[in-house]
Amino acid sequence: MRHQTIHVADANGVRTLTLDRPERLNALSHTLVRELTEAVKAAGRDASVRCLLLTGAGRGFCAGADLGEGGMRENDPARQGERIARDMDRLHNPLVRALAQLEKPTLAAVNGPAAGGGMSLALACDIVIAARSAYFVQVFGPQLGLVPDMGSSWFLPRVAGRARALGLALTGERLSAEQAAQWGLIWRCVEDAQLLPEATSLAGKLAAGPTRGLGYLKRALEAGELNDLDAQLNLERDLQSVASRTADFTEGVNAFNEKRRPVFKGR
Amino acid sequence: MSEEPVIRITEPAPFVRLVTMNRPGALNALSGELLGALAQALDGWRHDEAVRAVVLTGGERAFAAGADIKEFPLQTPATQILEERAALFDAIGRFPKPLIAAVNGYALGGGCEVAMACDIIIAGETARFGQPEVNLGIIPGAGGTQRLPRTVGKSLAMLMCLAAEPIDAKRALSAGLVAEVTPKELTVERALAIAKAIVARPPLAVRVAKDLILRSYDTPLDAGLKLERRSNAALFGTEDKQEGVAAFIEKRPGNFKGR
Repeated sequence: MRHQTIHVADANGVRTLTLDRPERLNALSHTLVRELTEAVKAAGRDASVRCLLLTGAGRGFCAGADLGEGGMRENDPARQGERIARDMDRLHNPLVRALAQLEKPTLAAVNGPAAGGGMSLALACDIVIAARSAYFVQVFGPQLGLVPDMGSSWFLPRVAGRARALGLALTGERLSAEQAAQWGLIWRCVEDAQLLPEATSLAGKLAAGPTRGLGYLKRALEAGELNDLDAQLNLERDLQSVASRTADFTEGVNAFNEKRRPVFKGR
Repeated sequence: MSEEPVIRITEPAPFVRLVTMNRPGALNALSGELLGALAQALDGWRHDEAVRAVVLTGGERAFAAGADIKEFPLQTPATQILEERAALFDAIGRFPKPLIAAVNGYALGGGCEVAMACDIIIAGETARFGQPEVNLGIIPGAGGTQRLPRTVGKSLAMLMCLAAEPIDAKRALSAGLVAEVTPKELTVERALAIAKAIVARPPLAVRVAKDLILRSYDTPLDAGLKLERRSNAALFGTEDKQEGVAAFIEKRPGNFKGR
C-alpha cells in the first residue's frame, strides 16, 4: 500500500514504521494518524511480522498533534470541543488502542524530540530506546491548558510515578533521554549514532522470539495494572494454559533439555 | 458445490454437545437457515437422555452479529406476525436442559438475544454485547427489551437499546450479563468445563433448578418459594437423591441416572 506520511519496511521479521513528515517534525496530521493506525493493525494481522519498530524521519521523533492543521477551525468553543472529542474517538484513540493491544513486541526508537502526543506514542510502545540528543516534553497542560492525551495521563504516572508525572505534566519541562532512562521512563539512552543499530539489533532479537508467548506476556502485564493478586493469579493460570500449547514452548523445553539455543517460529 | 454446514455439532464429552455457529463470512449473522438448524438440534435433544448440557458458541470475531439483514427486504409485517422466526428463538428459550453460551467477539442484536436466552454466558475478553436494532428503525425482536433489563437493569438496557451503544466484556461482567470473563482462547474450554461439571450432577435436580430460576422472573416470591418447596419434596423421592446422599456419606463421586 502507498503511504503519504509514513514509511514501511520489513527485514527479518521486524516491521519498521517511520513517521515521515520531517518538515513538520513528524507531527500527527489526520492522514498520518490514519495511516499509522492502519499500518499497526496490518502488522498485527501479518504473521510474518514478529516485532514492530517505530521511529521518526529527520531530526524529530514526533511533535504531537499538528496544531497548524486542525487546532482551531471552529469559532464556537462548544463546537470546537465536540470536534476535538470526535477526532480523538475516530483517530487518535484507535491508534493508541491498536498499538497497546498489538500482541507482538513493539519498540520505539526515539531519534529526537517527542512532544505531547509524540511522547504518548513512545510510551505506548513496550520498549523505548532514545538517542542522547532526544528529549520528552509534556506540552499539553502548561502551554495549551489541555489534558495529557493519547494515553499520556495513563502511561506517565505508571512509568514515572506520581511525583514525576505531575512534575513533568504541570511544568512542561524538557526531560532529556538520559534523565528519562535514569528515571525508568524508558529502557535505554544511547549515543545518537548508535540509536538505529541498537534498536534494529534489539528488534531483531525480539522478532526471533516466541511471538505468541510474548503477546500473552504483554496481556498479563497489562491486566496486572488493574487486577488484584487473586484475579491476576487466575489470569496467569489461564494465559499459561494457552501459552504452554504453543509450538514455541515445546521448542523451548526441547532446546533446554538438549542444551542448545531454541529456534522459535512465532507459532 | 459442497457447502459448509451453518452449524457444527460435536460431542466433546459424554452427555455434552458443542454447537458452533458457522457462517464466518457473514460474522455468523442469524439467517433463517442457521436459526432453523439450531432450533431443530435443540428440539431433538429435549427428550434425548444422552444429552444433558449444551454449549453454544460462534467464531473468534463474532458469536453472532445479529439478524441476516440481507433477508430483511423479504420481511413484511405479515412474516413477522406469523412469527416463524420467533418460533425458532423460542426453541432456545424453552430448551429445558442447561445451555451455556461461550461468546467471543460480537454478540449484537439477535446474537445478544440468543446469548441471553442461554442459562450461563461465558465471555472472552474481546466480547461485545449490543442491541443496535434501533439504527434500522426497528427494535430488538427476540427478548432484547425484556431479558436485558431483567439482567443489567433499566438504565443500562435503555442505553444499549435506545442509543445502540454496545458494552464490552468487562462492563457485561460488572452488570451481571455474563458469569465470567476469560482470555478469548479459553472461552469455549471454560464453558465446556462448566458443562462437564453440570452433567456429572443429577439431571433431574439440575433441570428443576433451571426451571425454577427462570420462573423466578415472573412468579411472585411467595408462590415461587412454595413451588421451590414442592419441587424439592418431589426430588426427595428420586433414586438420584438416594445416590447423592450415599455418595456424600461414602466420600465418593455420585453416579446419577436421572431417575
